[in-house]
Amino acid sequence: MKDLQRLNNPYCDDKVLCSCAIFGMMDSTGKVFSGEPVFRAMINMQERGNGLGAGFALYGIYPEHQDYYALHIMFTNRDCRHDTERFLETAFQVERSEEVPTRKTAGISGEPLVYRYFVRPKPQGTNFVNDDDFVVQSSLKINSELDGAFVVSSGKNMGVFKGVGYPEQIAEYFRLDDYKAYIWTAHSRFPTNSQAWWGGAHPFCMLDWSVVHNGELSSYGANRAFLETIGYKCTLFTDTEVMSYAVDLIMRRQKLPPEIFAKIVAPPLWEEIDRMSEDEKELHTALRSVYGGLLMNGPFSVVIANNNQMIALTDRIRLRPLTAATRGNFLYFSSEEASIRLVSPELDNVWTPMGGMPVVGKIGSLPKPDDSRKRNTSAARPMAEVAR
Amino acid sequence: MNAPRNNSRNAIQAPQRKASDFRIRSNRLAEFSVERDYDKCIKCEVCIRQCSFDVHYYEEEEDLIKHRSEDCVGCQRCAVLCPTDALTIRPNPAQYRAHGSWSSEHVKDINLQAETGGVVLTGAGNDKPMPVYWDKLLINASQVTNPSIDPLREPMELRTFLGAKPDGVEIENGKLVTSMPPQVQIETPILFSAISYGAISYNVQKALAEAAVELGTLFNTGEGGLHPDFYKYRDHAIVQVASGRFGVHPDYLNAARIVEIKIGQGAKPGIGGHLAGEKVSESVSITRMIPAGTDAISPAPQHDIYSIEDLRMLVYAIKEATNYRVPVSVKIAAVHNAAAIASGIVRAGADVIAIDGFRGGTGAAPKVIRDNVGLPIEFALASVDKRLRDEGIRNRVTLIAGGGIRSAGDVVKAIALGADAVYIGTAALIAVGCTLCQKCYSGKCNWGIATQDPYLAKRVNPDIARKRLVNLVKGWSHEIKEMLGGMGINSIESLRGSRSQLRGIGLTTEELNVLGVAPAGN
Ligand code: SF4
Ligand code: SF4
Repeated sequence: MKDLQRLNNPYCDDKVLCSCAIFGMMDSTGKVFSGEPVFRAMINMQERGNGLGAGFALYGIYPEHQDYYALHIMFTNRDCRHDTERFLETAFQVERSEEVPTRKTAGISGEPLVYRYFVRPKPQGTNFVNDDDFVVQSSLKINSELDGAFVVSSGKNMGVFKGVGYPEQIAEYFRLDDYKAYIWTAHSRFPTNSQAWWGGAHPFCMLDWSVVHNGELSSYGANRAFLETIGYKCTLFTDTEVMSYAVDLIMRRQKLPPEIFAKIVAPPLWEEIDRMSEDEKELHTALRSVYGGLLMNGPFSVVIANNNQMIALTDRIRLRPLTAATRGNFLYFSSEEASIRLVSPELDNVWTPMGGMPVVGKIGSLPKPDDSRKRNTSAARPMAEVAR
Repeated sequence: MNAPRNNSRNAIQAPQRKASDFRIRSNRLAEFSVERDYDKCIKCEVCIRQCSFDVHYYEEEEDLIKHRSEDCVGCQRCAVLCPTDALTIRPNPAQYRAHGSWSSEHVKDINLQAETGGVVLTGAGNDKPMPVYWDKLLINASQVTNPSIDPLREPMELRTFLGAKPDGVEIENGKLVTSMPPQVQIETPILFSAISYGAISYNVQKALAEAAVELGTLFNTGEGGLHPDFYKYRDHAIVQVASGRFGVHPDYLNAARIVEIKIGQGAKPGIGGHLAGEKVSESVSITRMIPAGTDAISPAPQHDIYSIEDLRMLVYAIKEATNYRVPVSVKIAAVHNAAAIASGIVRAGADVIAIDGFRGGTGAAPKVIRDNVGLPIEFALASVDKRLRDEGIRNRVTLIAGGGIRSAGDVVKAIALGADAVYIGTAALIAVGCTLCQKCYSGKCNWGIATQDPYLAKRVNPDIARKRLVNLVKGWSHEIKEMLGGMGINSIESLRGSRSQLRGIGLTTEELNVLGVAPAGN
């Protein structure tokens, strides 16, 4: 077994502490668009990162292979690529494999090899698991057993590009200007205690579920204990890892909707539950008592996406910033409102979601703010723009 | 020497004592020395009336109050109540010659057994200076990267649910469709542990029950049944089914929020119980369903449980009898293989496991067992929680830790080690007045707690006792909230099993491994 902890958490702290900038942009008609506004938005929040990690999740980028799982895999050397490819060939039908195109970029160094494989599980023998579970298990196996290999993303028609650098450097390096996607989520990190390791950047991804996260979970130990009991292995010692396992458990495996996911990780207070109708009270009481270990306590804001939706959520007492906005078909989430206004000076709606209240934008339907949370859409233009 | 003057007890007359009642003078050194300042003594005779061990007496000839130190158990009742502070009770400065191997306690116990030929009995909990691991664990707090929370200004939640939890829930149209196993809601993760009526007085059990009602938590009947007057506290009662099956009948089981099968007790793992006939009053006899004045003997094992399958049958018999409405708990003493036993108990269908550490209290236990058998709760809890997690069955059971929880700090540490809630017994009795004199088995508790003597029992006013219990648990709950806030979390479930919130100090690598915590500074 290789020691991912040593890579990502060299001082063996209880976990990696970090704070961040997050951004998400979606065209609810499902039309793909260039990431240029996303890059500008991230540059505008440069203060919130320190160049030790950035990344993007792009949805809709591989339409020609949309029936295949797109595995993005990082390798630190060529040998491990051979080992991994040998493993992939035994377990999967590999439709296509190629190196992810990159370009030399100032400030980027120590880059691993990144390959992508479009694969489909081979028909299996007796111990049949469904394709999704098989892909998850294979990714975890590669991450924990094959030295030097790390699966970055594994969904269909989507991919994660991440590494050590500022967001604009990572975008440049992976030539993201060549891609068009209908959902872009982006992240920039400010880790306080981890060395730069490409696999430790966000987004975190299991199948097509990606997570970018700005937070410091004070409940990390309890969350981890809960997930490990169920069989997840926390190897990276980051909040985001437990957040993405929670997403996987609740929304993918147990198929509960985002609204319920939000009530699990950021539940209402008991005094609110006590005032609910009998049915609601029963539901929320059960959620809190069954999933108490998944309550994510402490400051966080998170943008979660998959092929059909983009979701934003902050912790139950809203200790980390998040703004949501819509304009035409577009939905925006950002750590800072200024970044949204930079890329879309005109907005139809802009609001600060309540702590624990998820904002869910689906392909085909945009979220609307509660009237009470709505703000003036013609607010002053952001300073960055004015200064320009 | 004059016979002691008849104590002028107001309501109930003490029986006239004959010369033959006096014990042959033992050759044991007195444990305590009673010192009376004759300049201060006003001969009010309060001490004579208060001491059930008849230490103080009036000597007519000299017109003085005198005492026999050798009978004193050090309960401090007389010293506290003496209106002129004339009394000082302290450990006898005279000791046998110091010896590294043969302590005075050994010498005294040997003498006692040489005189009586019996088992040395004791009460309360293990008083030996063994390591208390709570004191070697330090709690974390947040600085900078995550904010701490002020419980006076922000909500801070301690509500806890006892009972098995499913792996997940199913929801249809916003309604819960999963049928939840029975859950019991408590407002603070502190429960009163099993103390039977019989071991303690009616007044004290009443105070525990009423405090549980006021606090939104539960009290535990122990193995002595539920007095007819106490059925009104049924919504806050855990009822025990122990090896003696005292007071067990369908109404009793159905009166409970939780039914607890008592397999063992931390203070005396592996042995049963013995309530002396003198403590089986008319009212105790009704509650226990045994004749008054007879000894109530609980066998060591439950004679219908010789294996884990037998336990399963009893668990399900109780579930049947209560229509699957209440969680069934199994209480075990912390012993060396607690982890494997606990895993079996989960598989036997229990919803709750209570683990009682070797510092837990008792109304009566052989001293050699109290002081030598069992395991610290810290180790048992850590290894049980870990085993159940490794086996993926932790959510199927609630873990309650007890036996040596002395403060809110201990509660926080227990929950971080993996407990869902804690039982407090000794701490509750101290709140009511217990001074840990360890004479509970004698039935002569001067503080009116571990006694059925109406003259002594009325020393506890149930209303005041209730208030003191409520104050204690409220105070602790407040302190728990402060510590949670300091860690930056606002709900108790975010502490559960979070061992990274703890660090060990002065522990060996093996001890740290068992506890699953990192060393301080790491
Ligand atoms: S037993 Fe208690 S009341 Fe009696 S003399 Fe000793 S301290 Fe005083
Ligand atoms: S309950 Fe009474 S007899 Fe027992 S230790 Fe406490 S004060 Fe002593």
